[in-house]
Amino acid sequence: MTVRDTSRVGGDQGLADAESAGTEPGQAELSGLTREPAPTNVTGQSGPRRMLAGLRNVWRQLTSMRTALILLFLLAIASLPGALLPQWSLNSAKTAQYLIEHPTLGPLLDKFGFFEVFGSPWYAAIYLLLFTSLVGCLLPRTLEFAGQLRMPPVATPRNLGRLPHHHRAEVAGSPDEIADRIVGRLRGWRIARRVEGDPGSATAAVTISAERGYLREVGNLVFHLSLLGLLVAIAVGKLVGYEGSVIVNTGSQFCSTSPASYDNFRPGLLVDGTQMSPFCVDVQQFTASYNEAGQATGFVAEVRAQSGPAAGTDQWVSETLQVNEPLRMDGERLYLLGHGFTPHFQITYPDGTVRDYSQPFAPEPNDPNFTSEGAVKVLDPPGATGDQVRKRQLAIVGIFAPTALVHGGIMTSSFPAPQNPGVAIDVYRGDLGMEGGRSQSVFSIDTAQVDNGLLIKQARQNLLVGESVTLDDGTKITFTGFNEWVSLQTSFDPAQVWALIFAVALLVGLMTSLVFKRRRVWFRLRPAASLAQPPGAGPIAGSAAGIPPPQRAGGRDRTVVEVGGLARTDQAGYGEEFDMLASLGTAQDKASSSR
Amino acid sequence: MGDGGMNETWAQISDLAFEAALAGYVVALVCYAIELAGKRTAEPTAAGAGRQRSAAVGAGVTSTLTKTGGFAAGTDRDQIGVVNRPASSLAVRFGQAAVVVTAVGAAANVLSVVARGLAVGRLPLGNMYEFVSVICAVTAICWLIVLAKTGARTLGTFVMLPVVVLALVAGTKLYVPAAPVVPALNSYWKWIHVTTIAISSSILLVSGAASVLFLIRGRLERKELATLAAGRAAGQPVDVLGAGDGRGGRTRVGSLLTVLPTTATLDRIAYRTAIVGFPLFTFAVIAGAMWAEVAWGRYWGWDPKETCAFITWVFYAAYLHARSTAGWRGRRAAWISVLGFASMLFNLFFINMVVSGLHSYAGLN
Repeated sequence: MTVRDTSRVGGDQGLADAESAGTEPGQAELSGLTREPAPTNVTGQSGPRRMLAGLRNVWRQLTSMRTALILLFLLAIASLPGALLPQWSLNSAKTAQYLIEHPTLGPLLDKFGFFEVFGSPWYAAIYLLLFTSLVGCLLPRTLEFAGQLRMPPVATPRNLGRLPHHHRAEVAGSPDEIADRIVGRLRGWRIARRVEGDPGSATAAVTISAERGYLREVGNLVFHLSLLGLLVAIAVGKLVGYEGSVIVNTGSQFCSTSPASYDNFRPGLLVDGTQMSPFCVDVQQFTASYNEAGQATGFVAEVRAQSGPAAGTDQWVSETLQVNEPLRMDGERLYLLGHGFTPHFQITYPDGTVRDYSQPFAPEPNDPNFTSEGAVKVLDPPGATGDQVRKRQLAIVGIFAPTALVHGGIMTSSFPAPQNPGVAIDVYRGDLGMEGGRSQSVFSIDTAQVDNGLLIKQARQNLLVGESVTLDDGTKITFTGFNEWVSLQTSFDPAQVWALIFAVALLVGLMTSLVFKRRRVWFRLRPAASLAQPPGAGPIAGSAAGIPPPQRAGGRDRTVVEVGGLARTDQAGYGEEFDMLASLGTAQDKASSSR
Repeated sequence: MGDGGMNETWAQISDLAFEAALAGYVVALVCYAIELAGKRTAEPTAAGAGRQRSAAVGAGVTSTLTKTGGFAAGTDRDQIGVVNRPASSLAVRFGQAAVVVTAVGAAANVLSVVARGLAVGRLPLGNMYEFVSVICAVTAICWLIVLAKTGARTLGTFVMLPVVVLALVAGTKLYVPAAPVVPALNSYWKWIHVTTIAISSSILLVSGAASVLFLIRGRLERKELATLAAGRAAGQPVDVLGAGDGRGGRTRVGSLLTVLPTTATLDRIAYRTAIVGFPLFTFAVIAGAMWAEVAWGRYWGWDPKETCAFITWVFYAAYLHARSTAGWRGRRAAWISVLGFASMLFNLFFINMVVSGLHSYAGLN
């Protein structure tokens, strides 16, 4: 991963010789990757040792940058079907539809988890391998970095002329004086000052090694560790969190006591429903506002809520629930996700019994005017007993239009707000088929019963509020009005705050690692008199060895200042800084610098 | 803005300004292309100075106009040793005009975005038309910044091409009249999430264009070297003009090699923009997750848009890693960058317009 970039930069540029071997972070690992013998020549070794060598090889392969890159690549590719194919967890209806439309390919894809990509074993295999690789790379890297922080910057390379940045000048002053000046001006650098040759002798050279930009590595490590932390936080959330959704009519209460109280409940792997913290909401009023064009401008639900110790008591807190403004209660969050209408019907039976019925209708997808579909089912008609019950069950099936517009006998809705509510209903009588053991949608009837002649249509009618339809046996069905329902979702994820913390740390680490540049600069200060050749002439001396007898050049000491610079990451931008660094020794008389 | 939050005048100004911006971008693209063509037809050999041609078929181009040549040398300083060609001054003038028109177009684009915001009384990022309009504006501005920093003007054609295409699509296919957004989008998170996504997408767009050109140039260079090697083997004299990257070679007239910045420059542009765009994109995704927590009840749900953003993120992470890994630098890294670029565009268009998900706010239904 990124954390190893520096070693590879160094290795790639053939600068290993310019740096003292072994002090490079990841150097051992780098050489390990290229030098580690393949386990072919291990026949002489004992079984366990051979196995160990093999394992070590596998580990090295796994933690290599190449493998990490390939795994990253695989992760991206493997995520693609999650974006392109319908997913069970997101849209089960669409997934089922896809399976019907693709009878050969569909089941095969389903078998291999393509409709549940992010829960599939192969996806887990990729990210687990990736994170193993990450850990295997991070741990040694962190240790190495800790070691580097304790060690002084590496010794000055013998031949500074081979570095990407190089500068040489002769300035007045003794090496020690100039070294003092340079060290004094290297603010914010980690510095090591060393003496080459016999200290005190006339040929002794002073070297300064300086390095800065350690924060880059800190950022790197923080970024990658945060990535690990983020994964853990997500995993914990998936284990102990849950989501539940429920439809609540205005004027009704809902209490979260067990998974059974929800219409739909998606528990985490460790959730059995016994540890849920109870809370209750009382949905008092819901208001949807629209502009003239029928576009929604706001959804507001006025609720009363109680949670924690107050749950189940008479203590209520009034709250406003809005889109984008969830209600947060002791770790549980309550969201307003949708709304709809619940038409009310009154049925007057032939024997004179009057009963009221209401049932939430589901808004048709993609209809901005909120035409809603649903069914009211009467399973126990009064006056019927025994087998008669299953011959006299009633169903009111149809649509609810908040602003009814009848055109050619067909009712549609022309506006999403309830300005002129109406229903277009089919009334069925017969056996609803509820005893068959098959589950039914609350929004529709089992059409197989109709096809089998067990459920017979009695009437089809458009009704506005107050209007009614009378069946042949005298049963009178009146559309009496409506109220609104809201769809609420409860979410519980105690780890999400950690996910946020790690995400922020990740971003800070990323930016730190991109902003800071790790770079090194070395100075070698030699008495001009100790050099065989005058500075600047001929090839640069490779070594301070074999120096001729000291000479005096002029009345004062003169020093040859050689500077070498190496940006250990991105070379771009280091040039200007290096120019400044190179002038440190000569800053007072810049003109004398002989570039 | 109290009554209905709509202002017809601002809406009209916005539409007019958008048309002006589109016109500016088209003209700029044409001018960049003329400059590019002019450079490609310019005779690259010193001996051919007398046969100098420009895009305008040498119409009245004389040596008295070479004062602009000095400017060209200054602005194209990064095309070190690509080809030692005499500057075609008319082409250069087109290039200069292109920059001016780009700036005018970008200004009109910004005006259009601001006016739209005033017309609807909200952040003008509520649908795909507005989003793409902002992307065009930021890309144009980002390009002008890159231009100022690197002087690689010949890239203009390749950056403006996607901008013009995006602006055209926005103006025709995606256009919707000014209107308020649905309540789900009515959150201050939109400011944070959508703005940063738009800006980071734009920056990564420039990065992607640079990577594409990096690959094209790399390919041409390899071809050139192969021809050169073949020529050498055949014993032909080699006229080394000092082509880019120290690989000598006489470049054919009309080759893209004669106009593209060096691979080093392209790589630097791609990398520099990516390291700005990537953290911003990361921030935008995190902000999106925080908004999702507020709006949908979970911070991450593998919605198609989220998934594709994740894929893009992984590609760019891989790009940054690859660029600092021996053996992956250069071509392989550029390919990964191009993949990230592709998934970005894919996410912007395909996911919004074809795949249905929670992010289906294109306003195209």
